Amino acid sequence: MQQPTRSIDVVRAGLAKRYARERRFKTYGLLAVLAGLLFVSILFVSIVSKGYSAFWQSYVLLPVKFDAEQLDPTGERDPAVLSRADYGGLVKQTLREMFPEVTGRRDKRRLYDLVSSGAAFQLRQMVLDDPSLIGTAKGVWVPADDDVDMLLKGHIDRTLPESDRRLKDQQLAWVDKLQAQGALQQRFNTTFFTAGDSREPELSGIRGALMGSLYTLAVTLLLSFPIGVAAAIYLEEFAPRNRWTDLIEVNINNLAAVPSIVFGLLGLAVFINFFGLPRSAPLVGGLVLTLMTLPTIIIASRAALKSVPPSIREAALGIGASKVQTIVYHVLPLAMPGMLTGTIIGMAQALGESAPLLMIGMVAFIVDVPGGVFDPSTVLPVQIFLWADSPERAFVERTSAAIMVLLAFLIVMNALAVVLRKRFERRW
Amino acid sequence: MSGTTLLLALLLLSTLLYWIGRRRALTVVGGEPRRLHSLPGYYGYYVALWALIPAALVLGLWLALDDSVITSLVISGLPEAMQQLPQSELGLILNDIRNLISGNIVSRAIDPTLQAAADHYLQLQQLSQMALTLMALAIAVAGATYAWRAIAPQQRARNAVERTVVAFLVASSTLAIFTTIGIVLSVLFESIRFFHSVPVTEFLFGTSWSPQTAIRADQVGSSGAFGAIPLFTGTLLISFLAMIVAVPIGLMSAIYLSEYAGPKLRSFAKPLLEILAGIPTVVYGFFAALTVAPVMRNVGASIGLDVSSESALAAGLVMGIMIIPFVSSLSDDVINAVPQSMRDGAYGLGATRSETIRRVIIPAALPGIVGGVLLAVSRAIGETMIVVMAAGLAANLTANPLESVTTVTVQIVTLLVGDQEFDSPKTLAAFALGLLLFVVTLALNVIALHVVRKYREQYE
Repeated sequence: MQQPTRSIDVVRAGLAKRYARERRFKTYGLLAVLAGLLFVSILFVSIVSKGYSAFWQSYVLLPVKFDAEQLDPTGERDPAVLSRADYGGLVKQTLREMFPEVTGRRDKRRLYDLVSSGAAFQLRQMVLDDPSLIGTAKGVWVPADDDVDMLLKGHIDRTLPESDRRLKDQQLAWVDKLQAQGALQQRFNTTFFTAGDSREPELSGIRGALMGSLYTLAVTLLLSFPIGVAAAIYLEEFAPRNRWTDLIEVNINNLAAVPSIVFGLLGLAVFINFFGLPRSAPLVGGLVLTLMTLPTIIIASRAALKSVPPSIREAALGIGASKVQTIVYHVLPLAMPGMLTGTIIGMAQALGESAPLLMIGMVAFIVDVPGGVFDPSTVLPVQIFLWADSPERAFVERTSAAIMVLLAFLIVMNALAVVLRKRFERRW
Repeated sequence: MSGTTLLLALLLLSTLLYWIGRRRALTVVGGEPRRLHSLPGYYGYYVALWALIPAALVLGLWLALDDSVITSLVISGLPEAMQQLPQSELGLILNDIRNLISGNIVSRAIDPTLQAAADHYLQLQQLSQMALTLMALAIAVAGATYAWRAIAPQQRARNAVERTVVAFLVASSTLAIFTTIGIVLSVLFESIRFFHSVPVTEFLFGTSWSPQTAIRADQVGSSGAFGAIPLFTGTLLISFLAMIVAVPIGLMSAIYLSEYAGPKLRSFAKPLLEILAGIPTVVYGFFAALTVAPVMRNVGASIGLDVSSESALAAGLVMGIMIIPFVSSLSDDVINAVPQSMRDGAYGLGATRSETIRRVIIPAALPGIVGGVLLAVSRAIGETMIVVMAAGLAANLTANPLESVTTVTVQIVTLLVGDQEFDSPKTLAAFALGLLLFVVTLALNVIALHVVRKYREQYE
C-alpha cells in the first residue's frame, strides 16, 4: 500500500539541499564583491609599487672646475660666447679627473655614460645665470644616467652575465666607488614636475603634459558649463513637449553612449580639416572634449533643476517676476550645487580621456611646455600612453608616477564633487 | 589687434556700455525708476548686447574667412609661371611663404619673388587685422548708439533681453543635434570616398586586412586589403571575454550588495567598486600591457601553453574589470526597482532568499539587466585605450583567446595617428570603421534604452 506523502515531508526532505544552495549562492555573491575589491587593490598596488620610486632620482656630485680658459677664452663674459662653450667637454674632463685610471677610448665612453646628457645643459645654465662662477671650482649635483638610476633602485640585476646587462662590470665598480665616496645620492626628483617630455628618462617630466591638460580643461570648462547649463534650463523649464524636444533628448542620451573615439573622428574631420584649426592644439582638444562632456553636464543639470520644488517658481512668479527672472534669481542658485557637481564629474572624465585626443594629433612628441591654447601640446593621459610605449626601463616607473599624479587629480576632483553635494544639497 | 584681444576689448566695451545704458535709462526718467517699463539694469544689458552680438558675429565670420581670402589674393599676386603649378606644389610654396613670415626654416632658397609674396602676405594680414579691428569696433559703437537712442520710459528692454537669453538657451540645446549630425556627416562623407576605391562588400565580408597601400606602383607586398572580418571577430572576441568577466561579477556583486550585505559593508564596498569606473582607460591599458599580459604569459608558459604577449585574454580580462562597476550599478538600479511586495510574496510562500532572487527578482528585472548588458557591450566595443595598448596590430582571424587579435578601434587609431595624407584609402578606411562603430553602438544603445525604458514603465 502506498503511503500518502504530506507536503511538509517533501519540504523537509528538500530543506537541507535548499539551505546548502542558499549558502552557496550567498558565497558566490560575496566572492564577486571580494573579486571586485581585489581588482581595485591589485591595480593600485601594482601602480604604486612601480611608480613610487620615480619621485627619487640619482644624482652624481661632480667637482667641476669652471676653467676660464676653456669657457670664456675672450674673457669678456659675453653671453653669446658663454652659451656656445663646450660644457659637454667640461663634464667629460671632470669625470676623467675623478677617475684618472681610466684610459682606453671605450672605457672613457663608458665612464661618460654614467652621467646624463642633461649635465652639460645644467652647467651651461649655471654659468649663464651666474658668470662669476668662471674660474672657481664647485661641487655640482647633476642627474645620473637612467641606467645608473635603475641600478640603484634595484631594477638592474647585478648577477646577470655582463653581456645581458645594460651596465658593464667596470661601470658597476665605478658606481660602487662613487657611492662609497658619497658622490652618488638619491634626491627628490624635481625634474619630474618641472620639465617637459624628453627622450632621456632622467630629464623627462610631466609639466608640459600637465599644462596641456590645464589648457584643454580650461577650454572645455569655459564652453561646456555655460552651454550645458543653458541646454538643461531650456529643456527643463521652457521646452514644450513635442517631437523636436524629444529628438533633442534622444540625441543627448545617445551622445552620452557614443564611443569617445568617434568624437575624435568628428574633431579631425570638422575642426581640423574643415575649419583648419591647428593640429595638436589644446583648443581643438577642448572643443572635442566639450562635445563629449556636454551630455554628462546636461543630464546632471537637468536632475538638479528637477529637484528644485515648483513652489519656489510659483512664489517668484506670484510676486511678479518674469520667467527668466524666476529662473536666474531663484531656481538657478538652488540648482547650482547639483550642476557644479555634474560639471566636476564631467571635467574628471575629460581629464582622463585620451582616445579622441589621439585622433587630433595630441600624441606628438613635444618637449616645450605649452604657453597657450594654440601651442602644440599633449595631455597627461596621452603622455602616459606615450611613455608606456617607450622601451627604456626607467620610463615604466615614470609612467606609473604620472598615473599616480593623474589619479591624485581625479580623486581630488571627485572628492570635491562629493563634498559639494554633501554640503549644499538640500532635501525639500 | 588679434582675434582674442579684440574679443576681450569688445567684452570690456560692453561692460562699460552696460553702465552707460543703465545711467541713460535713469536720466531719461529723471532718476525715478518707477516710471521705467523695465528695471534700469535691463536697459544696460540691452545696450551691451546690441554692441556685443553684431560685432562678435562679424568677428567670427571674418576670422573664419580671412585666411582663405588672403591666401587666394597672395596666389593671384604670384608670377604666372608659379600659378600654373599643380595644387600640391603651390601648397608647398605657400607653406614656405608662411614659414618665411614666422621666421621658421624655409625649405628652398629665398628668391625675390618669394620674399615679395611674403611681404605681400604680411601686408594683407596686417591690413585685414586693421580693417577687422576698425569694423568690429565701429559696429559695436553703431549698435550701442542705436540701442542708446532707443531707450525710453516705455521701451520694453526686459522683453528684448529675455528673448535674447531664451534664444541662447535654444541654441545651446540644439547643439546636441548638431553634434550628432556632425558625427554622421564627417564619418559618412569620408566613408563614401573610401567605398569608391574599395567596394562595400569587400570591406564587410573580406577576410584579409592589411591596410598598407603602395606608394609606388612597383612596390612589392603592399597590395592593400581592406576586409574587415578579422577586425570584427577580434572586437567580438575581446568584448566577449570582457563580458565573461564583467557580467557574473558585476551582477552577483550587485545582488549581494543590495540583498545580502549589511549597511556597513555596502557603504564601504560600493564606493570602492565605483572607483573602478572613475579610473582613466589609459591606466587600465598600462595595467593590461605591463602587469596582466606578462603574468598571463608566464602562467601559460609554466603550464605549457603558448600565450601571446598581446593576447586577447589580457585585454579582455582588464576590459572586463573596467566594466564591472558599470554592470553592477545598472543592475543595482533595476534590482532596487523591483517592488518590495514581490519579494514579500515570495518569502510568504516559504522561498529562501536565493530562491526569491533567482525565481522572482531576476526574472522581473531581466529586461533591465539585459539592457544594462547591452550598454556594457557597446562600451566594450567602443573602448579604445585598453586594446590599443594591450591588444595586437596583426589582424588574425581566430577565436583563440591566447593569440593576438586586433580590433576596430585599434585600427582606427593606428591608421590615423601620425602623419598621413588625407585622401589615401588607408586613412579613409579609418572613417569607414568609425561609421561602422558609430552605427553598431548607436543600434545597441537605442535597443538597450528602449528595453530599459519599457521595463521601467511596468512598475511605475
